Amino acid sequence: MYDKEQPILTIKNLRKQFGKGCTICRDLDDKNIQKNFCPVCQTVYACRDVSFELYPAEILGVVGESGSGKSTLMKCLYFDQDVTSGEAYIQGYKNGNANIFAETSQQKKYIRNHLFGMVYQNPYLGLRMNFSSVGNIAEKLIGAGSRNVGFMTGRAQELLGNVNIPIYRMKEAPKNFSGGMQQRVQIAKALSNNPPILLLDEVTTGLDLSVQANVLDLIKKIQRDLKISMLVVSHDLSVIRMLADRTIVMLNGKIIEQGLTDQILEDPQHPYTQQLVHSLL
Amino acid sequence: MKSYNFAFFDEGSKREIRRATLKAIALPGYQVPFASREMPIARGWGTGGLQLTLSLVGKDDKIKVIDQGADESVNAVNIKKLIKNTTDVEETEFTEEATLIQSRHRIPEIELREDQILVLQVPIPEPLREIEPSEYITKRLHADKEYSGIWLMLFERIMKHGSMATGADHPVLVNNRYVMAPSPIPRFDNHKLNNSKALILLGAGREKKIYAVPPYTEVQSLAFEDYPFEVENMDDKVCRLCGARGVFMDELIDEETKEKYYQCNDVSYCLQRLNNEIAN
Repeated sequence: MYDKEQPILTIKNLRKQFGKGCTICRDLDDKNIQKNFCPVCQTVYACRDVSFELYPAEILGVVGESGSGKSTLMKCLYFDQDVTSGEAYIQGYKNGNANIFAETSQQKKYIRNHLFGMVYQNPYLGLRMNFSSVGNIAEKLIGAGSRNVGFMTGRAQELLGNVNIPIYRMKEAPKNFSGGMQQRVQIAKALSNNPPILLLDEVTTGLDLSVQANVLDLIKKIQRDLKISMLVVSHDLSVIRMLADRTIVMLNGKIIEQGLTDQILEDPQHPYTQQLVHSLL
Repeated sequence: MKSYNFAFFDEGSKREIRRATLKAIALPGYQVPFASREMPIARGWGTGGLQLTLSLVGKDDKIKVIDQGADESVNAVNIKKLIKNTTDVEETEFTEEATLIQSRHRIPEIELREDQILVLQVPIPEPLREIEPSEYITKRLHADKEYSGIWLMLFERIMKHGSMATGADHPVLVNNRYVMAPSPIPRFDNHKLNNSKALILLGAGREKKIYAVPPYTEVQSLAFEDYPFEVENMDDKVCRLCGARGVFMDELIDEETKEKYYQCNDVSYCLQRLNNEIAN
């Protein structure tokens, strides 16, 4: 369905700043990579000229320390936040010629519901905790235009079964679930419309090791079975090592290094990446 | 009450409400904000409807006020008294005679005409409020025609109760654009909104919103493909007083025999049937 030689997602010069900026920080912005915060006008440059490509059926890891702009990047891609400037193109959406950041809010809604699935670090952002798990999955299907209760219930049960939620708990609200179960419901919700791109934002953070392993196995299995392209954000290098084919390293809102995961982890070139890899326990 | 202006309000207030009303009519189902006035009744007791009525009433109007189908309930009588004392217009209990009908929770059984206006009192005008507390966000959702939340609410009810189970205020899609809360009218009355000959205005005083269904506007009750919209089934129920069938009934319990019996909810309709003023 998708041309494997061409990127499914292309990001060009994505910028996101919080604040208007001033003459001082605008000058510093490009020259001084050490800072993404202006002490004069308090502007935060969360993402600065981020450009990368994601290929079909590929898992691309994004690593970096807290505050490096990883989650902001994901939120911009999922339209939770508006970008300051930049372009993004999706193969298969308007022949890959439409900058999705410049689309209308209705088109963005279409892209969110049909082309992206998102799993947040905090399940409270991705799920309606007082609605049933089936209802949470139906929400995404309703957003994509489904108005058939039988179809939506069947699809939700299938997906929840795939992520090992017991059938007798499917009508229960996620607020009653453990953290791992909530993440699995989020994954099921993200997959409900068979999106070609899955965005995973720190999905294993805050989970204990055995639950982490379950969730990671599940993601691997999904990628193997469904050939979905994934953008995996994590500050945990072992998660990236296990999942990602390629990795980009972010620091202060900029990409400082990118390449094959093995290459990044075994032979890091940038001093920050070297520090990051060597600081592994 | 001669010290008051005609219809209680000063002319500027009436004009402001009429302007909001005109905008509401131009955009069927769209909630137009307005500066809800302090009224001599408490907010939540029909101030939205009353303000609409007072801004529209003229000297030649005949007014009818209904509260849950009854013309003689305390709320209806008090509203009627205020209108009467400040305008001196005629009152009526008969739907056909009235030119301006203010109602809480019901649309009269008798089909309305083009020269009539129905004003409905609304407690919560925002159909998205249950899932979204922020007014800013609900405005954006309406602008984007993003009504997944309402559908999800209906879906959840099906999951819990096996049916959509909206006792009243079942959301409707107006003119294929805005989803609207039809005020807490029973589902039985929803179809009366569709292609209504009369202008229907809805006012929420506490929430400061006016919206409208202009005459001959398409109004669809939201329903899933495999769970169609269903009204309360009144086919097998007969009014104990007038013998009517197929109208909205109140279910009552006989204190002595403890038996259930039914009675027309629209009291004036029942009365007219008893007086043989409407064909049985």
